[in-house]
Amino acid sequence: MQKTYARPVSLQPTVSGFCPGCLHGMVCKLVAEAIDKFDMREKAVGILPIGCATLSMEYYNFDMVVSAHGRAPAVATGYKRCRPDNLVFTYQGDGDLAAIGLAEIMHCANRGEKLTTIFVNNGIYGMTGGQMAPTTLVGQKATTCVNGRDPAQAGYPMRMAEIINTLEAPVYVARFALNTPANVLKAKAGIEKAFKNQLEGKGYSFVELLSNCPTNWGVSPEDSLKWIQEKSIPYFPLGELRNN
Amino acid sequence: MEKKFMKGNEAIAEAAVRAGCRFFAGYPITPQSEIPEYLTKRLPEVGGVFIQGESEIASVNMVIGAAAAGVRAMTSSSSPGISLKTEGISTLAGAQLPAVIVDVARTGAGTGQIYPGQNQYNVATKAPGHGGFKVIALAPATVQEAVDLTYEAFDYADRDRNPVILLADGVIGGMMEAVVLPEPKTAFPEKRDWQIDGCQGRERRVNRSLDNDTVKLEQFQRDCAAMYERWQQEDVRYEEYLTEDADLVIAAYGTSARVAKTAIRELRKEGFRVGLIRPITVSPFPYIAFDKLDYSQVKHILAVEMCIPALMVEDVKCAVARRTPVSAYTRGAGFVVSPDEVVGAVKDLISKGGAQ
Repeated sequence: MQKTYARPVSLQPTVSGFCPGCLHGMVCKLVAEAIDKFDMREKAVGILPIGCATLSMEYYNFDMVVSAHGRAPAVATGYKRCRPDNLVFTYQGDGDLAAIGLAEIMHCANRGEKLTTIFVNNGIYGMTGGQMAPTTLVGQKATTCVNGRDPAQAGYPMRMAEIINTLEAPVYVARFALNTPANVLKAKAGIEKAFKNQLEGKGYSFVELLSNCPTNWGVSPEDSLKWIQEKSIPYFPLGELRNN
Repeated sequence: MEKKFMKGNEAIAEAAVRAGCRFFAGYPITPQSEIPEYLTKRLPEVGGVFIQGESEIASVNMVIGAAAAGVRAMTSSSSPGISLKTEGISTLAGAQLPAVIVDVARTGAGTGQIYPGQNQYNVATKAPGHGGFKVIALAPATVQEAVDLTYEAFDYADRDRNPVILLADGVIGGMMEAVVLPEPKTAFPEKRDWQIDGCQGRERRVNRSLDNDTVKLEQFQRDCAAMYERWQQEDVRYEEYLTEDADLVIAAYGTSARVAKTAIRELRKEGFRVGLIRPITVSPFPYIAFDKLDYSQVKHILAVEMCIPALMVEDVKCAVARRTPVSAYTRGAGFVVSPDEVVGAVKDLISKGGAQ
């Protein structure tokens, strides 16, 4: 018998605490596989946010710093400047990155810090129980916009990859979705590309991943994948916006 | 030992470099901007890193990253900017990370004014962030003392794995004085057994200020409380000036203590027996210094503070425990208290029978 598929060494052999059907577990696996691919587990440092993504501190099998809400890009900046030989990435959700941490992500990207951001966009605050995020779609219901997001009150969902792409310094900006095997494979290649850029000392890479939240969207895991296809992707177009 | 004529802010910055600080992130704010301006030139000379953050919040979080990497790190600001840093200072304390935070304090709530003030007393000593933690807060009264305390602050931070605040004010930061600069430090830990540097040859480490294990978290809080108690036993620092025969004792720290000393010399010439207790560690507060007074002799204690209302006076009252009356003489809005005013305030008290 030949073993052709195994848990990445960069993931701990533990049970995931993410909600059933949540794609965060997929993101953890993709990131861990990419780190394994470059044989960088012993040099990897994840800078975690506050939000559902914080749970990954229990799953990744390498060094991590858990930052305050929104501040991961600043913490990662301080860390990477002091230890440039480590593979440093921030792992952030949409409330963390696009609301409270907007200044930190913009300036980290604008300085062209030689690190990688993995941005998990599921259009809602998961950990706190389904409040409106900067990425919540127009009309989408949340506990703080019970009649659906109203642009007159809350503005429009923020396209973070496009916003980051207005800056000069980043070398790689891309958005992928996690709703189909084909899209997951593209996301995997994008994450690898982002890490490779860092290992080659090229500069800042930003990978946005359209994810789901069956629990707070109030749909089944299967329907949440359709939601990504039918609602998220039309507003948040997929692709590599920049690949220098 | 090298003697130089230096501005307080620059002297603090140079002392930090000599203490082994190799990372600084900060944001411009008066009256401390000479600290980042000095370090942007100086840190690269010693292989260190300087970053101008996009905000005080980002700057202190960059310090968190550097501290987690095991590098001696510092940030500086002034009162309104320290408010923004409190989230990060709290994170440092919760994540057990050492760092030095310099507060070149200014006056007033909100934006207040850029002029010097001692209004940051409660922030430094009682609540430098959410969560009920404490830090060692050092309050220099001269540029030389600012240098010496900055130099030591990094050792306290490393020893305790806790942030340390240097509480100066716009007078100390902006004043030029002759200072003896200490030798560059070499004997600080190169590799800490908790630092985040990649898990090669060991188990992974997670630096965090949150703990899902509440039993562990409670124990951590108890350990911190025990550390704060140890500070009271081992780290309290204060200066006693002519207190032995004093029947009136002034309590003051930093700039106002320095002014009070001049006033005391004047008063002594006129035969008034006035002394001074000057906290150097405002946290841990030198309660013990007030226990050493002879309350059959001390008729009054006068706190002299450059903030309205007086803040340190609460700690003085706590220390004195009603053994003698305590009151305060204050100036606010950035007015630096003058020796003449202190002389006047003391004479006024004496005329009212507060002391002989």
